[in-house]
Amino acid sequence: MQYTPLDRLEARYDVVVVGSGLGGLTCANRLAGAGHRVLLLEHHFQLGGLATWFKRGGHIFDVSLHGFPYGMVKTCKKYWGPAIRDSIVQLKNIVFDNPQFSLTTTFSKDDFIRILQERFAVPAAVVTEFFATVDGMNFYDDQSLSTRELFTRYFPGRSDIHRLLMEPITYANGSTLDEPAITYGIVFSNFMNRGVFTFEGGTDKLIGLMAEEMQKNGVTICTNARVDHILIEHNKACGVMVGNKTIAAKAVVSNAGITNTIDEMVGQEQFAADFLDRFKNVQVNNSSCQVYFGIRRGETIADIGDLLFTSTAEEFSSEEMRRMDTKSRTFSVYYPKTRPQSVPDYTIVASMNANYDDWAELDSESYRQAKEAMIERCFDDLERYVPGIRGKVDTIESATPRTFQRYTLHTKGTSFGTKFEGLDISRSLHREIHGLFHVGSVGIIMSGWLGAINYGVIVANDVDGYVRG
Amino acid sequence: MTREEIKDVILEIIADIDEEAEFDQLDANAPLRDQLDLDSMDFLDIVMELRKRYKLQIPEDEYPELATLTSCVNYLEPKLKDV
Repeated sequence: MQYTPLDRLEARYDVVVVGSGLGGLTCANRLAGAGHRVLLLEHHFQLGGLATWFKRGGHIFDVSLHGFPYGMVKTCKKYWGPAIRDSIVQLKNIVFDNPQFSLTTTFSKDDFIRILQERFAVPAAVVTEFFATVDGMNFYDDQSLSTRELFTRYFPGRSDIHRLLMEPITYANGSTLDEPAITYGIVFSNFMNRGVFTFEGGTDKLIGLMAEEMQKNGVTICTNARVDHILIEHNKACGVMVGNKTIAAKAVVSNAGITNTIDEMVGQEQFAADFLDRFKNVQVNNSSCQVYFGIRRGETIADIGDLLFTSTAEEFSSEEMRRMDTKSRTFSVYYPKTRPQSVPDYTIVASMNANYDDWAELDSESYRQAKEAMIERCFDDLERYVPGIRGKVDTIESATPRTFQRYTLHTKGTSFGTKFEGLDISRSLHREIHGLFHVGSVGIIMSGWLGAINYGVIVANDVDGYVRG
Repeated sequence: MTREEIKDVILEIIADIDEEAEFDQLDANAPLRDQLDLDSMDFLDIVMELRKRYKLQIPEDEYPELATLTSCVNYLEPKLKDV
Protein backbone atom coordinates (compact mmCIF):
# COMPACT_ATOMS: atom_id res chain seq x y z
CA MET A 1 0.00 0.00 0.00
CA GLN A 2 1.23 3.48 -0.86
CA TYR A 3 1.57 5.80 2.11
CA THR A 4 2.62 9.44 2.03
CA PRO A 5 6.39 10.00 2.27
CA LEU A 6 7.63 12.34 4.98
CA ASP A 7 8.72 15.06 2.54
CA ARG A 8 5.24 15.21 1.00
CA LEU A 9 3.40 15.88 4.26
CA GLU A 10 1.62 19.14 4.75
CA ALA A 11 2.72 21.68 7.32
CA ARG A 12 -0.46 21.49 9.39
CA TYR A 13 -3.17 18.99 10.32
CA ASP A 14 -6.07 19.08 12.74
CA VAL A 15 -4.76 16.06 14.64
CA VAL A 16 -1.46 14.18 14.59
CA VAL A 17 -1.57 10.61 15.91
CA VAL A 18 1.84 9.31 16.94
CA GLY A 19 2.02 5.53 16.63
CA SER A 20 -0.13 2.98 14.87
CA GLY A 21 -1.02 0.36 17.43
CA LEU A 22 -4.66 -0.68 17.37
CA GLY A 23 -5.53 2.24 19.67
CA GLY A 24 -3.76 4.77 17.43
CA LEU A 25 -5.27 3.32 14.25
CA THR A 26 -8.78 3.37 15.68
CA CYS A 27 -8.43 6.87 17.06
CA ALA A 28 -7.10 8.16 13.72
CA ASN A 29 -9.87 6.46 11.78
CA ARG A 30 -12.62 7.72 14.09
CA LEU A 31 -11.34 11.29 13.96
CA ALA A 32 -11.05 11.27 10.18
CA GLY A 33 -14.56 9.82 9.99
CA ALA A 34 -15.76 12.72 12.13
CA GLY A 35 -14.36 15.15 9.56
CA HIS A 36 -10.95 16.08 10.98
CA ARG A 37 -7.76 16.21 8.94
CA VAL A 38 -5.64 13.49 10.52
CA LEU A 39 -1.98 12.56 10.10
CA LEU A 40 -0.84 9.16 11.40
CA LEU A 41 2.91 8.81 12.00
CA GLU A 42 4.56 5.43 12.60
CA HIS A 43 8.26 4.85 13.27
CA HIS A 44 8.23 1.30 11.88
CA PHE A 45 7.75 0.44 8.22
CA GLN A 46 4.63 -1.55 9.08
CA LEU A 47 1.42 -0.45 10.80
CA GLY A 48 -0.10 -2.26 13.78
CA GLY A 49 2.24 -1.78 16.73
CA LEU A 50 2.23 -5.08 18.59
CA ALA A 51 -0.64 -6.27 16.39
CA THR A 52 2.01 -7.34 13.96
CA TRP A 53 3.39 -10.18 11.84
CA PHE A 54 6.55 -11.02 10.01
CA LYS A 55 7.61 -13.30 7.17
CA ARG A 56 10.38 -15.84 7.57
CA GLY A 57 11.24 -18.96 5.55
CA GLY A 58 8.06 -18.77 3.49
CA HIS A 59 5.84 -18.58 6.59
CA ILE A 60 3.87 -15.69 8.05
CA PHE A 61 4.13 -15.47 11.84
CA ASP A 62 1.49 -13.64 13.87
CA VAL A 63 2.93 -11.98 16.95
CA SER A 64 -0.16 -11.18 19.02
CA LEU A 65 -3.08 -12.90 17.29
CA HIS A 66 -3.70 -15.34 20.12
CA GLY A 67 -7.41 -14.86 20.68
CA PHE A 68 -9.65 -11.97 21.70
CA PRO A 69 -13.12 -11.72 23.30
CA TYR A 70 -16.41 -11.78 21.40
CA GLY A 71 -16.82 -8.04 22.02
CA MET A 72 -14.52 -7.53 19.03
CA VAL A 73 -17.41 -8.41 16.73
CA LYS A 74 -19.50 -5.42 17.77
CA THR A 75 -16.51 -3.14 18.17
CA CYS A 76 -15.12 -3.95 14.71
CA LYS A 77 -18.51 -3.65 13.07
CA LYS A 78 -19.11 -0.21 14.57
CA TYR A 79 -15.66 1.28 14.19
CA TRP A 80 -14.06 -0.61 11.30
CA GLY A 81 -16.91 -1.84 9.13
CA PRO A 82 -18.53 -5.12 8.18
CA ALA A 83 -15.63 -6.52 6.11
CA ILE A 84 -13.44 -6.68 9.20
CA ARG A 85 -16.26 -7.91 11.42
CA ASP A 86 -17.09 -10.73 9.01
CA SER A 87 -13.63 -12.26 9.30
CA ILE A 88 -13.90 -12.84 13.05
CA VAL A 89 -14.21 -16.55 13.84
CA GLN A 90 -14.23 -18.58 17.04
CA LEU A 91 -11.29 -20.63 18.30
CA LYS A 92 -13.08 -23.57 19.84
CA ASN A 93 -10.34 -25.64 21.41
CA ILE A 94 -8.59 -23.98 24.30
CA VAL A 95 -6.35 -26.44 26.14
CA PHE A 96 -4.97 -26.38 29.68
CA ASP A 97 -2.23 -28.83 30.53
CA ASN A 98 -0.34 -28.66 33.83
CA PRO A 99 0.42 -30.91 36.80
CA GLN A 100 -2.86 -29.93 38.45
CA PHE A 101 -5.27 -30.55 35.56
CA SER A 102 -5.57 -31.16 31.83
CA LEU A 103 -8.71 -30.15 29.98
CA THR A 104 -10.11 -28.67 26.78
CA THR A 105 -12.65 -25.86 26.88
CA THR A 106 -14.31 -23.24 24.70
CA PHE A 107 -13.31 -20.74 27.42
CA SER A 108 -16.90 -19.55 27.60
CA LYS A 109 -19.07 -18.97 30.63
CA ASP A 110 -21.31 -21.99 30.09
CA ASP A 111 -18.33 -24.25 29.73
CA PHE A 112 -16.51 -22.80 32.74
CA ILE A 113 -19.62 -23.17 34.89
CA ARG A 114 -19.79 -26.82 33.84
CA ILE A 115 -16.06 -27.43 34.37
CA LEU A 116 -15.98 -25.79 37.78
CA GLN A 117 -18.79 -28.05 38.95
CA GLU A 118 -17.85 -31.31 37.20
CA ARG A 119 -14.06 -31.22 37.30
CA PHE A 120 -13.41 -29.08 40.33
CA ALA A 121 -16.45 -30.13 42.41
CA VAL A 122 -17.51 -26.58 43.25
CA PRO A 123 -21.17 -26.28 44.36
CA ALA A 124 -23.38 -24.63 41.72
CA ALA A 125 -24.35 -21.81 44.07
CA VAL A 126 -20.73 -20.79 44.61
CA VAL A 127 -20.01 -20.83 40.87
CA THR A 128 -23.10 -18.74 40.18
CA GLU A 129 -22.21 -16.22 42.83
CA PHE A 130 -18.62 -15.95 41.62
CA PHE A 131 -19.76 -15.22 38.08
CA ALA A 132 -22.37 -12.74 39.26
CA THR A 133 -19.64 -10.92 41.20
CA VAL A 134 -17.10 -10.71 38.36
CA ASP A 135 -19.76 -9.90 35.75
CA GLY A 136 -21.01 -7.05 37.89
CA MET A 137 -17.57 -5.49 38.40
CA ASN A 138 -16.92 -2.15 36.79
CA PHE A 139 -14.39 0.58 36.81
CA TYR A 140 -16.11 2.70 39.43
CA ASP A 141 -16.23 -0.08 42.04
CA ASP A 142 -14.03 -0.44 45.06
CA GLN A 143 -10.45 -0.94 43.94
CA SER A 144 -9.01 -2.16 47.21
CA LEU A 145 -10.01 -5.81 46.80
CA SER A 146 -7.23 -7.79 45.10
CA THR A 147 -7.75 -10.70 42.73
CA ARG A 148 -6.08 -12.96 45.31
CA GLU A 149 -8.68 -11.91 47.89
CA LEU A 150 -11.47 -12.42 45.38
CA PHE A 151 -10.30 -15.98 44.66
CA THR A 152 -9.77 -16.75 48.33
CA ARG A 153 -13.30 -15.61 49.09
CA TYR A 154 -14.90 -18.02 46.62
CA PHE A 155 -12.35 -20.81 46.27
CA PRO A 156 -10.24 -20.88 49.47
CA GLY A 157 -7.20 -23.13 49.32
CA ARG A 158 -7.94 -24.17 45.74
CA SER A 159 -4.71 -23.31 43.94
CA ASP A 160 -5.92 -25.46 41.02
CA ILE A 161 -8.97 -23.23 40.49
CA HIS A 162 -6.90 -20.09 40.98
CA ARG A 163 -4.69 -21.36 38.17
CA LEU A 164 -7.62 -22.11 35.85
CA LEU A 165 -9.04 -18.64 36.39
CA MET A 166 -5.82 -16.64 36.45
CA GLU A 167 -3.24 -18.20 34.15
CA PRO A 168 -4.89 -17.13 30.86
CA ILE A 169 -5.36 -13.57 32.12
CA THR A 170 -1.73 -13.36 33.22
CA TYR A 171 -0.72 -14.27 29.67
CA ALA A 172 -3.29 -11.87 28.22
CA ASN A 173 -2.26 -8.76 30.13
CA GLY A 174 0.62 -9.51 32.49
CA SER A 175 -1.51 -9.12 35.60
CA THR A 176 -0.89 -10.91 38.89
CA LEU A 177 -3.03 -11.94 41.85
CA ASP A 178 -2.11 -8.68 43.56
CA GLU A 179 -3.79 -6.42 41.01
CA PRO A 180 -7.20 -4.83 41.81
CA ALA A 181 -9.91 -7.48 41.42
CA ILE A 182 -11.93 -5.19 39.15
CA THR A 183 -9.20 -5.40 36.50
CA TYR A 184 -9.54 -9.16 36.64
CA GLY A 185 -13.33 -9.08 36.64
CA ILE A 186 -13.59 -6.77 33.64
CA VAL A 187 -11.13 -8.69 31.45
CA PHE A 188 -12.25 -12.18 32.50
CA SER A 189 -15.95 -11.35 31.94
CA ASN A 190 -15.13 -10.07 28.45
CA PHE A 191 -13.70 -13.46 27.52
CA MET A 192 -16.35 -15.45 29.36
CA ASN A 193 -19.07 -13.82 27.29
CA ARG A 194 -18.78 -16.24 24.37
CA GLY A 195 -15.26 -17.60 24.28
CA VAL A 196 -12.14 -16.83 22.28
CA PHE A 197 -12.12 -15.44 18.76
CA THR A 198 -9.55 -14.78 16.07
CA PHE A 199 -9.22 -12.95 12.80
CA GLU A 200 -9.42 -15.22 9.78
CA GLY A 201 -6.84 -14.13 7.24
CA GLY A 202 -4.24 -13.23 9.86
CA THR A 203 -2.88 -9.99 11.29
CA ASP A 204 -1.56 -8.87 7.90
CA LYS A 205 -5.05 -8.99 6.41
CA LEU A 206 -6.58 -7.16 9.37
CA ILE A 207 -4.07 -4.33 9.33
CA GLY A 208 -4.30 -4.12 5.53
CA LEU A 209 -8.08 -3.72 5.73
CA MET A 210 -7.70 -1.11 8.45
CA ALA A 211 -5.21 0.84 6.32
CA GLU A 212 -7.67 0.77 3.40
CA GLU A 213 -10.48 1.98 5.63
CA MET A 214 -8.34 4.82 6.99
CA GLN A 215 -7.34 5.94 3.52
CA LYS A 216 -10.99 5.87 2.48
CA ASN A 217 -11.75 8.15 5.42
CA GLY A 218 -8.90 10.47 4.47
CA VAL A 219 -6.23 9.70 7.08
CA THR A 220 -2.77 10.64 5.83
CA ILE A 221 -0.48 7.74 6.74
CA CYS A 222 3.29 8.10 6.97
CA THR A 223 5.52 5.20 8.07
CA ASN A 224 9.26 5.21 8.85
CA ALA A 225 8.59 8.49 10.64
CA ARG A 226 9.75 8.56 14.23
CA VAL A 227 8.46 11.46 16.28
CA ASP A 228 11.22 12.83 18.48
CA HIS A 229 9.28 15.57 20.22
CA ILE A 230 5.75 16.63 20.88
CA LEU A 231 5.77 20.43 20.81
CA ILE A 232 4.18 22.31 23.69
CA GLU A 233 3.59 26.06 23.81
CA HIS A 234 1.86 27.84 26.67
CA ASN A 235 0.78 24.52 28.15
CA LYS A 236 -0.80 23.49 24.90
CA ALA A 237 0.21 20.80 22.40
CA CYS A 238 0.80 22.42 19.02
CA GLY A 239 2.57 19.85 16.87
CA VAL A 240 5.35 17.31 16.55
CA MET A 241 8.93 17.10 15.37
CA VAL A 242 10.03 14.27 13.12
CA GLY A 243 13.76 14.65 12.65
CA ASN A 244 14.14 18.28 11.58
CA LYS A 245 10.61 18.56 10.28
CA THR A 246 7.94 20.36 12.27
CA ILE A 247 4.29 19.52 11.73
CA ALA A 248 1.67 21.72 13.36
CA ALA A 249 -1.57 20.38 14.83
CA LYS A 250 -4.47 21.48 17.01
CA ALA A 251 -4.17 18.26 18.99
CA VAL A 252 -1.60 15.48 19.34
CA VAL A 253 -2.56 11.93 20.27
CA SER A 254 0.30 9.78 21.48
CA ASN A 255 -0.06 6.07 20.91
CA ALA A 256 3.48 5.60 22.20
CA GLY A 257 3.87 4.17 25.69
CA ILE A 258 2.61 6.55 28.35
CA THR A 259 6.06 6.59 29.99
CA ASN A 260 7.76 7.23 26.63
CA THR A 261 5.31 10.03 25.96
CA ILE A 262 5.90 11.88 29.22
CA ASP A 263 9.60 11.16 29.72
CA GLU A 264 10.89 11.37 26.17
CA MET A 265 8.52 13.00 23.73
CA VAL A 266 7.07 15.76 25.90
CA GLY A 267 9.57 15.95 28.75
CA GLN A 268 8.79 15.98 32.47
CA GLU A 269 9.57 19.71 32.67
CA GLN A 270 6.27 20.45 30.95
CA PHE A 271 4.21 18.96 33.78
CA ALA A 272 3.11 20.20 37.17
CA ALA A 273 4.70 18.73 40.29
CA ASP A 274 1.54 17.04 41.61
CA PHE A 275 1.00 15.28 38.29
CA LEU A 276 4.60 14.08 38.30
CA ASP A 277 4.08 12.79 41.85
CA ARG A 278 1.30 10.58 40.58
CA PHE A 279 3.24 9.65 37.45
CA LYS A 280 6.16 8.47 39.61
CA ASN A 281 4.02 5.58 40.83
CA VAL A 282 3.30 4.23 37.36
CA GLN A 283 4.77 0.78 36.89
CA VAL A 284 5.22 -0.60 33.42
CA ASN A 285 4.05 -4.14 32.91
CA ASN A 286 6.29 -7.08 32.07
CA SER A 287 7.58 -7.89 28.63
CA SER A 288 7.47 -11.15 26.66
CA CYS A 289 9.51 -13.80 24.94
CA GLN A 290 8.33 -15.72 21.92
CA VAL A 291 9.61 -18.61 19.84
CA TYR A 292 8.22 -19.04 16.34
CA PHE A 293 8.17 -22.42 14.60
CA GLY A 294 7.40 -22.83 10.90
CA ILE A 295 6.39 -26.33 9.79
CA ARG A 296 8.00 -27.58 6.58
CA ARG A 297 5.72 -27.26 3.58
CA GLY A 298 3.89 -30.52 2.90
CA GLU A 299 4.14 -31.63 6.54
CA THR A 300 0.99 -31.56 8.62
CA ILE A 301 0.30 -31.60 12.32
CA ALA A 302 -2.74 -33.06 14.02
CA ASP A 303 -5.32 -30.77 15.65
CA ILE A 304 -3.88 -30.31 19.14
CA GLY A 305 -6.02 -27.28 19.97
CA ASP A 306 -5.87 -23.62 18.99
CA LEU A 307 -4.40 -22.12 22.12
CA LEU A 308 -2.63 -24.22 24.74
CA PHE A 309 -1.88 -23.01 28.26
CA THR A 310 0.90 -25.35 29.27
CA SER A 311 3.05 -25.57 32.35
CA THR A 312 5.09 -28.13 34.20
CA ALA A 313 5.34 -25.86 37.26
CA GLU A 314 3.54 -27.38 40.26
CA GLU A 315 1.33 -24.34 40.90
CA PHE A 316 0.42 -21.03 39.30
CA SER A 317 2.88 -18.25 39.98
CA SER A 318 3.04 -15.07 37.91
CA GLU A 319 6.61 -14.66 39.15
CA GLU A 320 7.56 -18.12 37.88
CA MET A 321 5.92 -17.25 34.58
CA ARG A 322 8.28 -14.29 34.07
CA ARG A 323 11.50 -16.18 34.82
CA MET A 324 13.96 -16.76 31.98
CA ASP A 325 13.70 -20.50 32.54
CA THR A 326 9.93 -20.53 33.10
CA LYS A 327 8.17 -23.85 32.70
CA SER A 328 5.00 -22.04 31.65
CA ARG A 329 4.15 -21.02 28.11
CA THR A 330 1.28 -20.76 25.69
CA PHE A 331 1.33 -22.34 22.27
CA SER A 332 -0.76 -20.58 19.66
CA VAL A 333 -1.21 -23.04 16.83
CA TYR A 334 -1.99 -21.65 13.38
CA TYR A 335 -3.46 -24.24 11.02
CA PRO A 336 -4.21 -23.66 7.32
CA LYS A 337 -7.66 -22.38 8.42
CA THR A 338 -5.90 -19.23 9.71
CA ARG A 339 -5.25 -18.10 6.14
CA PRO A 340 -7.68 -20.12 4.06
CA GLN A 341 -6.86 -18.18 0.87
CA SER A 342 -3.14 -18.98 1.07
CA VAL A 343 -1.04 -22.09 0.46
CA PRO A 344 -1.68 -24.41 3.45
CA ASP A 345 0.76 -23.54 6.21
CA TYR A 346 1.25 -24.50 9.83
CA THR A 347 3.03 -22.31 12.34
CA ILE A 348 3.30 -22.49 16.13
CA VAL A 349 4.12 -19.54 18.36
CA ALA A 350 5.25 -20.15 21.92
CA SER A 351 4.72 -17.13 24.18
CA MET A 352 6.10 -16.47 27.62
CA ASN A 353 5.98 -13.56 29.99
CA ALA A 354 9.39 -12.07 30.79
CA ASN A 355 11.22 -9.43 32.80
CA TYR A 356 13.08 -6.91 30.66
CA ASP A 357 15.88 -6.56 33.20
CA ASP A 358 16.74 -10.27 33.08
CA TRP A 359 17.53 -9.98 29.38
CA ALA A 360 18.71 -6.38 29.02
CA GLU A 361 22.18 -6.72 30.51
CA LEU A 362 23.33 -9.93 28.83
CA ASP A 363 26.43 -9.68 26.65
CA SER A 364 25.99 -10.90 23.10
CA GLU A 365 27.28 -14.43 23.75
CA SER A 366 25.14 -14.94 26.88
CA TYR A 367 22.16 -13.50 25.03
CA ARG A 368 22.64 -15.94 22.16
CA GLN A 369 22.94 -18.86 24.58
CA ALA A 370 19.87 -17.79 26.56
CA LYS A 371 17.82 -17.66 23.36
CA GLU A 372 19.09 -21.11 22.30
CA ALA A 373 18.16 -22.55 25.70
CA MET A 374 14.71 -20.99 25.48
CA ILE A 375 14.14 -22.51 22.04
CA GLU A 376 15.18 -25.92 23.35
CA ARG A 377 12.76 -25.69 26.30
CA CYS A 378 9.96 -24.83 23.89
CA PHE A 379 10.87 -27.79 21.67
CA ASP A 380 10.88 -30.12 24.68
CA ASP A 381 7.42 -28.98 25.75
CA LEU A 382 6.05 -29.01 22.22
CA GLU A 383 7.28 -32.57 21.69
CA ARG A 384 4.61 -33.74 24.16
CA TYR A 385 1.86 -32.35 21.92
CA VAL A 386 3.44 -32.80 18.49
CA PRO A 387 5.68 -35.89 18.58
CA GLY A 388 8.64 -35.52 16.23
CA ILE A 389 8.26 -31.73 16.08
CA ARG A 390 12.00 -31.18 15.62
CA GLY A 391 11.87 -33.07 12.32
CA LYS A 392 8.88 -31.11 11.06
CA VAL A 393 10.19 -27.60 11.62
CA ASP A 394 12.08 -25.75 8.91
CA THR A 395 12.08 -22.24 10.37
CA ILE A 396 12.80 -21.04 13.91
CA GLU A 397 12.91 -17.48 15.15
CA SER A 398 12.84 -16.04 18.65
CA ALA A 399 12.03 -12.75 20.34
CA THR A 400 12.97 -11.47 23.79
CA PRO A 401 12.14 -8.30 25.74
CA ARG A 402 14.97 -6.67 23.80
CA THR A 403 13.17 -7.47 20.56
CA PHE A 404 9.89 -6.05 21.87
CA GLN A 405 11.70 -2.93 23.00
CA ARG A 406 13.34 -2.47 19.61
CA TYR A 407 10.12 -2.72 17.61
CA THR A 408 7.71 -0.92 19.93
CA LEU A 409 10.22 1.45 21.61
CA HIS A 410 8.23 0.83 24.82
CA THR A 411 9.97 1.46 28.13
CA LYS A 412 11.47 -1.87 29.23
CA GLY A 413 9.85 -3.53 26.22
CA THR A 414 6.51 -3.72 28.01
CA SER A 415 3.99 -5.86 26.14
CA PHE A 416 0.98 -4.82 28.20
CA GLY A 417 1.47 -1.14 28.92
CA THR A 418 1.23 -0.25 32.57
CA LYS A 419 -0.30 -1.47 35.80
CA PHE A 420 -3.58 0.00 37.02
CA GLU A 421 -2.29 3.44 38.06
CA GLY A 422 -1.23 4.21 34.47
CA LEU A 423 -4.86 4.55 33.40
CA ASP A 424 -5.44 7.68 35.48
CA ILE A 425 -2.26 9.26 34.09
CA SER A 426 -3.26 8.43 30.53
CA ARG A 427 -6.81 9.75 31.05
CA SER A 428 -5.72 12.96 32.75
CA LEU A 429 -2.89 13.91 30.38
CA HIS A 430 -5.14 16.31 28.44
CA ARG A 431 -6.11 18.11 31.62
CA GLU A 432 -2.43 18.80 32.30
CA ILE A 433 -1.51 19.90 28.79
CA HIS A 434 -4.33 21.04 26.56
CA GLY A 435 -4.60 19.19 23.28
CA LEU A 436 -2.29 16.36 24.39
CA PHE A 437 -3.92 12.95 24.54
CA HIS A 438 -2.73 9.42 25.12
CA VAL A 439 -4.13 6.18 23.78
CA GLY A 440 -2.52 2.81 24.30
CA SER A 441 -2.22 -0.09 26.71
CA VAL A 442 -2.66 1.20 30.23
CA GLY A 443 -4.20 0.11 33.50
CA ILE A 444 -4.55 -3.57 32.54
CA ILE A 445 -8.16 -3.08 31.42
CA MET A 446 -7.28 -0.90 28.43
CA SER A 447 -5.11 -3.63 27.02
CA GLY A 448 -5.30 -6.40 24.46
CA TRP A 449 -6.83 -5.96 21.03
CA LEU A 450 -10.35 -5.20 22.23
CA GLY A 451 -9.21 -2.89 25.02
CA ALA A 452 -6.90 -0.99 22.67
CA ILE A 453 -9.56 -0.47 20.00
CA ASN A 454 -12.21 0.62 22.49
CA TYR A 455 -9.77 2.98 24.15
CA GLY A 456 -9.06 4.46 20.71
CA VAL A 457 -12.77 5.26 20.40
CA ILE A 458 -12.95 6.79 23.89
CA VAL A 459 -9.94 9.02 23.23
CA ALA A 460 -11.23 10.00 19.77
CA ASN A 461 -14.34 11.34 21.52
CA ASP A 462 -12.16 13.42 23.89
CA VAL A 463 -10.09 14.77 20.99
CA ASP A 464 -13.16 15.55 18.91
CA GLY A 465 -14.67 17.45 21.84
CA TYR A 466 -11.45 19.42 22.30
CA VAL A 467 -10.91 20.29 18.64
CA ARG A 468 -14.53 21.36 18.17
CA GLY A 469 -14.63 23.14 21.54
CA MET B 1 -36.26 21.42 17.26
CA THR B 2 -39.47 20.05 18.69
CA ARG B 3 -39.53 17.25 21.24
CA GLU B 4 -40.76 14.93 18.52
CA GLU B 5 -37.90 15.87 16.20
CA ILE B 6 -35.34 15.36 18.94
CA LYS B 7 -36.79 11.93 19.64
CA ASP B 8 -36.50 11.02 15.96
CA VAL B 9 -32.88 12.18 15.86
CA ILE B 10 -31.98 10.03 18.85
CA LEU B 11 -33.65 6.97 17.35
CA GLU B 12 -31.97 7.63 14.02
CA ILE B 13 -28.55 7.81 15.67
CA ILE B 14 -29.23 4.60 17.59
CA ALA B 15 -30.36 2.88 14.38
CA ASP B 16 -27.04 3.86 12.79
CA ILE B 17 -25.17 2.34 15.72
CA ASP B 18 -27.22 -0.85 15.79
CA GLU B 19 -29.14 -1.67 12.63
CA GLU B 20 -30.93 -4.51 14.42
CA ALA B 21 -32.42 -2.25 17.10
CA GLU B 22 -36.22 -2.65 17.38
CA PHE B 23 -38.11 0.46 18.47
CA ASP B 24 -41.71 -0.83 18.34
CA GLN B 25 -41.91 -1.89 21.96
CA LEU B 26 -39.64 0.84 23.30
CA ASP B 27 -40.70 2.30 26.66
CA ALA B 28 -39.59 5.95 26.54
CA ASN B 29 -39.28 6.10 30.32
CA ALA B 30 -37.20 2.96 30.81
CA PRO B 31 -33.41 2.81 30.36
CA LEU B 32 -32.35 2.50 26.70
CA ARG B 33 -29.39 0.39 27.81
CA ASP B 34 -31.63 -2.45 29.04
CA GLN B 35 -34.10 -2.39 26.18
CA LEU B 36 -31.73 -2.05 23.23
CA ASP B 37 -28.63 -3.80 24.51
CA LEU B 38 -26.63 -0.56 24.40
CA ASP B 39 -23.33 -0.41 26.27
CA SER B 40 -21.25 2.54 27.45
CA MET B 41 -19.39 2.63 24.11
CA ASP B 42 -22.72 3.08 22.32
CA PHE B 43 -23.55 6.09 24.49
CA LEU B 44 -20.17 7.54 23.60
CA ASP B 45 -21.11 7.14 19.93
CA ILE B 46 -24.35 9.04 20.56
CA VAL B 47 -22.44 11.86 22.28
CA MET B 48 -19.92 12.10 19.43
CA GLU B 49 -22.67 12.10 16.78
CA LEU B 50 -24.61 14.86 18.57
CA ARG B 51 -21.44 16.92 18.71
CA LYS B 52 -20.80 16.36 15.01
CA ARG B 53 -24.35 17.27 13.97
CA TYR B 54 -25.16 20.15 16.32
CA LYS B 55 -21.78 21.20 17.81
CA LEU B 56 -23.25 20.10 21.11
CA GLN B 57 -20.73 19.47 23.91
CA ILE B 58 -22.01 17.04 26.52
CA PRO B 59 -19.68 16.83 29.53
CA GLU B 60 -18.90 13.33 30.80
CA ASP B 61 -20.70 13.85 34.11
CA GLU B 62 -23.92 14.59 32.22
CA TYR B 63 -23.91 11.34 30.22
CA PRO B 64 -26.45 9.82 32.67
CA GLU B 65 -28.98 12.37 31.32
CA LEU B 66 -29.10 10.21 28.19
CA ALA B 67 -30.36 7.13 30.06
CA THR B 68 -33.95 7.02 28.73
CA LEU B 69 -35.54 8.40 25.59
CA THR B 70 -37.59 10.85 27.68
CA SER B 71 -34.56 12.01 29.67
CA CYS B 72 -32.64 12.50 26.40
CA VAL B 73 -35.43 14.72 25.05
CA ASN B 74 -35.72 16.66 28.33
CA TYR B 75 -31.97 17.22 28.43
CA LEU B 76 -31.57 18.13 24.76
CA GLU B 77 -34.70 20.27 24.31
CA PRO B 78 -33.25 23.54 25.68
CA LYS B 79 -29.89 22.87 24.00
CA LEU B 80 -31.44 22.29 20.56
CA LYS B 81 -34.24 24.82 20.69
CA ASP B 82 -32.59 27.06 18.09
CA VAL B 83 -31.57 24.29 15.73
